[in-house]
Amino acid sequence: MSELTMVQAVNDGLKSIMREDDTVLLMGEDVGPKGGVFLATEGLTAEFGEERCFDTPLSEDGIVGVGIGLALNGMKPVCEIQFQDFIFPAFDQIVSEAAKMRYRSGGQYTVPMVVRTPYGGGIRGGLYHSQSGEAYFAHTPGLKVVIPSTPYDAKGLLISSILDPDPVLFMEPKALYRAFREEVPEGVYTVDLSTVREVVPGDAAVIYCWGAMVPVATEAARRIKETRQQDVRVVDLRTLMPLDEDAVLQAARECGRVVVLQEAPRFCGYASEISALLAEHAVESLEAPVRRVTGFDTPFPNTLENYYLPDARRVMDAVEQVLDF
Amino acid sequence: MSTARPIRVSDPGTFPLRRVLREDGRGVLKSAAQEHLPGRDKLLEIYRAMLTTRVLDQRLLKLQRQGRVAFVGLATGQEAAIHGSGAVFEPQDWVFSALREGGIALQRGMPMAEYIAHMFGNAEDSAKGRQMPNHFQCRAVNFPSWSSVLGTQLPHAVGAAAAMQRRGEPHVCAAYSGDGATSSNGFHSALNMAAVMRAPVVFVVIDNGWAISVPSSKQTAAASYGTKARAYGMPGVDVDGNDALASYQAVAEAAARARDRGGPTLVCLRSYRIGGHSSSDDPTRYRDDGEVEHWEKRDPIQRMQAYLKSTGLYQEADCEHWQSDIEAAVSAAVRHAAEVGPPPLESLAEDVYAEPPLHLRRQVVEALRIAAEKGAADAVAGEFPL
Ligand SMILES: Cc1ncc(C[n+]2csc(CCOP(=O)(O)OP(=O)(O)O)c2C)c(N)n1
Ligand SMILES: [Mg+2]
Repeated sequence: MSELTMVQAVNDGLKSIMREDDTVLLMGEDVGPKGGVFLATEGLTAEFGEERCFDTPLSEDGIVGVGIGLALNGMKPVCEIQFQDFIFPAFDQIVSEAAKMRYRSGGQYTVPMVVRTPYGGGIRGGLYHSQSGEAYFAHTPGLKVVIPSTPYDAKGLLISSILDPDPVLFMEPKALYRAFREEVPEGVYTVDLSTVREVVPGDAAVIYCWGAMVPVATEAARRIKETRQQDVRVVDLRTLMPLDEDAVLQAARECGRVVVLQEAPRFCGYASEISALLAEHAVESLEAPVRRVTGFDTPFPNTLENYYLPDARRVMDAVEQVLDF
Repeated sequence: MSTARPIRVSDPGTFPLRRVLREDGRGVLKSAAQEHLPGRDKLLEIYRAMLTTRVLDQRLLKLQRQGRVAFVGLATGQEAAIHGSGAVFEPQDWVFSALREGGIALQRGMPMAEYIAHMFGNAEDSAKGRQMPNHFQCRAVNFPSWSSVLGTQLPHAVGAAAAMQRRGEPHVCAAYSGDGATSSNGFHSALNMAAVMRAPVVFVVIDNGWAISVPSSKQTAAASYGTKARAYGMPGVDVDGNDALASYQAVAEAAARARDRGGPTLVCLRSYRIGGHSSSDDPTRYRDDGEVEHWEKRDPIQRMQAYLKSTGLYQEADCEHWQSDIEAAVSAAVRHAAEVGPPPLESLAEDVYAEPPLHLRRQVVEALRIAAEKGAADAVAGEFPL
C-alpha cells in the first residue's frame, strides 16, 4: 500500500495491468517521453517501450479509430484524449463505430477499448479545457461511462475498464488529480463497474454526484451537519453507464429528499436522467421535489469559472430547500 | 512504433528551404528572387511587430509567474515567421490565427490595452473573460479568435474566403496553424475544399518543430509540411521561417495568386519554439538543450536587426528606442488592466444566444439570489498544466 494522488493512482493502474497483460497498449498525444500533460503516463514508455506506450500525431479521430482497429484484432488499447474538450473530432469513431460494433456485427466483432480523458473545470482552462461531456456519451447505447472520484476507485475502476469486453469512456476529474492522497493497494485489483459508493452516511436527504462534485457534496453535507445537525447522505454514482438503478432508488426511498449535483450544464444532463428515474419509480417515497444543482446552460466561462462551477454554497442552498419543503 | 525518419534535426538545411536573407542578416542572398519583397515601411512594420511580440512574451511570462495571468503561449523564436507573413495581409483581408499569432492582431492595429485586457480576462476584454488567455480577437482588424480545438479555424477561413469570392472582392483569408495541427481533421478538410473551391486562402503552417512534446518526426512521415500541398492540388512551399523577408515573400506571392483567382497556397514557415509549449510546460522533459542552443544562435530578431543595420534603415528610423517605447506601452496597459475588475456575474448568460431564453434568465436570477444570500463563490484552486 502507498498513499497516492488520483493521477498517481491512474499511472499505477496502467503500470500494474501492463505488467500482467501485454496486449494493453497506450496511445495519445504527449503520452510518451513527456508522460502526458498531467503526467498520468509518466515513466510508461521508459518501462514498456515505444511499442506499448506511444505518442501519436495530433488526430483524435485517428487515435480512437486506430484504437478500434487494435481492439478488433486482439489488443486492449487505452487511448488518451488530452482533454475531454478535444474528444469531439473522435465523436464519430466513438459513437458510430466503437459503441455500435458489437450490435452491428451480432456480437462477432467487439471493441475492448478504453478512452481515458481528463474532464471538468477548476484549472482556469476556459471554454475548451473544462467541459463535462458525460451526457453525450451516456446517451450512446453500447458505450460504458465511468468517472472515479478517489485514487482507490481511479485505479480499480480503470483496471476494470481495461479488462471489460466493451468500450469504456473513462473520464478523470482533473480538478481531483492532485487534490488529496489515499491508500492504494499495489498490483492489480478491480472495482465493479456497476455499483455506487456511499461517501457520507445519512438519511435526512441524499445528494447524488460523481467526479469532482463528490468533495463539493461532502463539504455541503458537513456544513449542513454543522448548521442544522442533520445527516445528509452523499452517494457517488461513479459508473454512469451502466447505472446501479436499484441502489439509487433505494437511497431515495430511505432519505425521501433528493439533490442531484453535476458540473455539466443542466439541460438534458445526466442529473435529469436520475430525476426522471426517481419520478418514475420512487415518487411515492419523495417528500420534496428533486432538485438539480448544475453548471449553467452556457459554455464554460473563464474569469467567472468559480460562479459557473457548483460549490458548497449552491449545494447547501438546494439541500436546505429540499429539507424545508 | 514510429519508424518515420526524423525530418527535423538541428540543421535546418536537411530539406531545401526558400531563403532571402543571409544567415547573418547582413544582406540578401544573390540567389534570392526579387519579386514580392517588403518595402521600407513594411520592413520597419515587421521589425517593430517582432520586437513587440518579444517584449510581450517576456512581460507576460513574468505576470504568469506572479500568478497575475493564468497562461501564456509564447512566440519567442518565431517572430519572423509570424510578422513577416502577417505584414502581407491588407486591412480588409481576414486573419484566422492559432495559438501564437496574436501579435498579428496588434500589427494590424489592435490597441495594446485591448490585447492586455484579454490576457487578464477582465471586464474590458472584448470576449468578456470567456476564453483562456492567448485567444485574441479584434473585429475591427478582421481577426476572429481561434477556439483551442486545433485546426478548427482552417475550414472557417475557407468559408470566409468563399464569401469574398462570391462577392467578387479582391480580398483573401490567412489561415494559420502549427505543424501539429496539420494532422487535424480541420486541416485536411480545409485544404481539400479550398483547392476544390479555388478559395482565396493562404494557409500558413508555422512549423516550430514541436507539438507540445511530439516532434515533427512523429507528426508526419512526409519530407516536409509544404509538400503536402501537392496531394490537395495546390502549390506548396517550404520557407526559412526565421527569415522575415523570405516569409513575407512567399506569403505575398501566395496572396497575390489568391487575389488573381489562382486559388489557395500552402506556405510552410520552418522555425523553432525556443520556449516551452506554454508558460506551464517544462520542455527539458522531452528535448535536448543542444537543439535549443542551435536555434538560439539563429534568433530571427538579431537577424532582422542586422539586415536593417546593413541597409542603414535601422539608424534612419531610430530603431534603438523602440524597445523601451514598447516596454512603456505594455507597462501602461498592464497597470490599467490590473485595476479593472472581472466581468459582472450577469454576463455569464449573455451571448449564448442573441436573446437569453427564459430558462437561462431564470438561472441567472437564481445565481444572483444565492450570491446575495450566501456570499461569493469559492475561489478556483487548480492550475493550468500546460
Ligand atoms: C484538437 C486538439 N487536440 C489537442 C489539443 C491539445 N494541444 C494544444 S496545443 C497542442 C500542440 C499544438 O502543436 P502545433 O499545432 O504544432 O502548434 P504549436 O503549439 O507548436 O504552435 C496540443 C496537442 C488541442 N488544443 N486541440
Ligand atoms: Mg508546433
